Amino acid sequence: MQKSLNIDPGKCTGCLQCEMACSYEHTGTFNPSRSYIKVFTFHHEGRFAPYTCTQCDEAWCMRACPVDAITVDMATGAKVVHDDKCVGCKVCTIACPFGTINYSQATGKVVKCDLCGGDPQCAAACPTDAITYVDADWTGYDRMLASAAKSLPSAEATA
Amino acid sequence: MSWTRKILRVNLSKGSCTSEPLNMEWANLYLGQRGLASKYLSEEVDPTCDPLGPDNKMIMATGPLTGTMASTAGRYSVITKGPLTGAIACSNSGGFFGAELKFAGWDMVIFEGKSDKPVYLLIQDDNAELKSAEHMWGKTAWETDDIIHATHQDPQMRVACIGRTAENGCLYAAVMNDKHRAAGRSGVGTVMASKNLKAVAVRGTQGIGNVDDAEAFMSATGDGKAVLAENAVTGQGLPAYGTQVLMNVINGIGGLPARNMRDVGFEGAENISAEAMAEPRKSDGKPNLTTNGACFGCTIACGRISTVDPTHFSVKDKPQYQGNSGGLEYEAAWALGADTGVDDLDALTYVNFLCNEDGMDPITYGATVAAAMEMFEDGVITTKETGGVELRFGDAKAFVAITEQFVNGGDFSADLGLGSKRLTEKYGKPDLSMTVKGQEFPAYDPRGIQGIGLNYATSNRGACHLRGYTIASEVLGIPVKTELNDTDGKPELVKAFQDATALVDSAGLCIFTTFAWGMDNIAPQIDAACEGDWSVENCLETGERIWNMERLFNEAAGFTADDDKLPKRLLEEAIKDGPTKGQVNRLGEMLPKYYEVRGWTADGKIPKETRQRLSL
Repeated sequence: MQKSLNIDPGKCTGCLQCEMACSYEHTGTFNPSRSYIKVFTFHHEGRFAPYTCTQCDEAWCMRACPVDAITVDMATGAKVVHDDKCVGCKVCTIACPFGTINYSQATGKVVKCDLCGGDPQCAAACPTDAITYVDADWTGYDRMLASAAKSLPSAEATA
Repeated sequence: MSWTRKILRVNLSKGSCTSEPLNMEWANLYLGQRGLASKYLSEEVDPTCDPLGPDNKMIMATGPLTGTMASTAGRYSVITKGPLTGAIACSNSGGFFGAELKFAGWDMVIFEGKSDKPVYLLIQDDNAELKSAEHMWGKTAWETDDIIHATHQDPQMRVACIGRTAENGCLYAAVMNDKHRAAGRSGVGTVMASKNLKAVAVRGTQGIGNVDDAEAFMSATGDGKAVLAENAVTGQGLPAYGTQVLMNVINGIGGLPARNMRDVGFEGAENISAEAMAEPRKSDGKPNLTTNGACFGCTIACGRISTVDPTHFSVKDKPQYQGNSGGLEYEAAWALGADTGVDDLDALTYVNFLCNEDGMDPITYGATVAAAMEMFEDGVITTKETGGVELRFGDAKAFVAITEQFVNGGDFSADLGLGSKRLTEKYGKPDLSMTVKGQEFPAYDPRGIQGIGLNYATSNRGACHLRGYTIASEVLGIPVKTELNDTDGKPELVKAFQDATALVDSAGLCIFTTFAWGMDNIAPQIDAACEGDWSVENCLETGERIWNMERLFNEAAGFTADDDKLPKRLLEEAIKDGPTKGQVNRLGEMLPKYYEVRGWTADGKIPKETRQRLSL
C-alpha cells in the first residue's frame, strides 16, 4: 500500500516541531533552516501552512534532472535525491511547480522530502495531527468527511 | 552540551561586536538564560548604577534547551537592571527570536555602553554588525519589523525591537519580538532605547547538534510531550481557551481585582473571558478568536490569534487593525479590562494590539491607567492633565482615546509613562499605586488568595505572578490543593514555586509546562541535553541559588526587607462582597516564616552560611 503525507493547515499551530524533527532526521541537528518541510505563517490572516513535497507520480523534478540523480523509492513512492549524482544544477527547482525541491548551500545539492524511508518524522512529531501519514487513496478524506457532516447538520459522522 | 559556548559582546559606545567563550563554570552553577545572564549582570554591572545610564548592561540570553525539540524550548530573556523598579529585571519571551539566536550560534548577547546614534544589530550566524537605524527611530515595533524584513529580503529573519513608547521614555516599555511576543515587564525595552539600540535582527542556519546524549534526550522530551498532551490544562484548556481560561474561574472564587483593586469581583468578567472570545459576533459572524498559535517548539500552543470586530468604533476606519494579530492573554485582559472597569472585548483587543505595536507592558499600562482613573474620579486630576479625556472607570471610548494619545506621545503620555508608583506620588496619592518595588500587580488579588501575596511581596523583580505561580496550587490544586485563605504552609509553597520557576526559566522552557510537569519531568530533559549532573536535587538547588543571587543584586542596589511589602489597600481594606468578603492579605503572618525557610535573617538578609550552602 502506498502512503502519503496528509496535511491539514487548519490544525497547524506553527510550532515547528515538524521542522526540527525533519532536520534532526536528515542532518542530526535541530535546525529549521535545513528542514525539508516548511511551515509558513500568514500573520494577518491568522493561518499557518505546513508545506512539503507531495511526491507527484509524474515528478517534474525527476524528469528535469539531467543526471538522473532523482529516483523513485519503490517501497514508499518517494522521489529521492542521490547526493552522489546530484551536481547542484538546480534545474529541478525550476521544474517543480510547487517549489518543494530546494537547493542547499550547506551541501551544494538539492534537498527534498524523502518520506524518511516510510516513517516520516514530521508526522510523528506533529502534536495536533496537522500532518499525518495515511493510505494514499484517502488523502483529503478527513475534509470530505467534515464537508459531508456540514451538509447534514444533524448527522453524527461515524465513518 | 546544548550550550553553543559562545557569547556575543556588543559595545555600543565603541561600535564593536566580539565573540567570547561562555564561562562554563558559571553555566554549571546557573544553567543558562535567566540564571546565567543574571550571574553575568551581577559580575559586570554595579547594582547602584542608573538603569538608563551607559553603565547598565542589557543581556539577551537563551537557555541550553532553547532551540531544541523539547516542548516549549524557544524562550529567551532580557536581563538588565530595570528602570521601573531599580531591581534586577528579567523579562522572558516566547515567539521565535530566541531559538533563532541559538541557531546562529550564540548563547547570549551582552549589550554595553551607549551608541551615539540609533543602530540595530544584524546577526547572520557568526557575523554580527551594527547598522544605522536612524530611518527606524520614531517607528513602531511593527513598522520596524517590516522595514528590517524588507531590507534584508529574508522571510526567516527574526526581529526583536522597541516601539515608540520606549523611545519616549515610558518606564515599562517592552522588547517586542516576532511582532506580538514580548519581553514585557520591568521596562527592559526602555533600557534598550536608552542605549540607542532599536532592534536586533537574527538569522541562524547552524542549528543545534551537540546535545549531550541524543538518544536519552529524544526519549525524555518525547515523554514530556506525552505528559503535556494528556494533561487537562496543557492538553485541552490552554490550547482551546488560552490563559483566558482563568477569567471566569478567578472571578468566581473571589480573586479577581477590579478598578485599581478598589473592588474584588468584576461584573463584566464574562464579557471579556475566553468564552466571550469564542462567541461569533453579530457583524461578520466571526468570533474574536481566529485560532490558537504556538511559540517555537511548543506543543501546548496557548497563544491567541484574534481580530477586532471591523465595525467596532476603535478600528472602523483603520483597516490596518482589522486583520489578525496577537489576542488577549489573561493578564492583559485583566489589566486592560477588569482593572480599568472596561468590559468591551473589542476595545481591549484593540488596545492590546497597540501595546504590541508600540511595545509596552499591558499589565503595568492597564494598572497605571486604572490608578489615573481612580485619581480622576477622586478629582485629583482633571481633563486639564488628561488632554481632555474624561478618564472614568468603565469607559471604553475614554480608554481607547487615552491609549491612542499615549502611543502618539500626547499630553498625558509623559505622566502615564511613569508607571503608577511615580504617577500617584506626583499627584500626592501614593497609596493608590498597586505595586511592589514599583511594579504593578497582575490579575490575582492577594486578599482573596494569600500565598500569591507573599510571592508578590518577595518577588525579585517587583509584583509578578511569573516568579512563583502559587495560583496553580491555591486555585487549581497543582500539584496539591492549598486553601485560598490559609497562611500556614504558604511560605514553603512560595519558596518551592519561586525556586522551581527560576530553574525552568533558566533552561529555556516555558513555565506553563509546570501545570503538567514536575521537576521529575524537567530534570531528565536538561540532564540528557547538558553535561554535568542535572538531577532533580541539583535542579532545585540551582533554582534556589538563582533566586538568592537575584536577591543579593537587589540588596546591593539598596533594597531591604522594607521593600518586601504590599500596598496598604491590600492589607487594610477588606474585600467588600463576594465569596472572599471580609478578607485582607495577612502578609505579616507569612513573611517571617518565609525568611526562615529561605535561611535568611529576621530582617531578610542572606547570611554567610546560606550563601556558602548555595556556593554564592
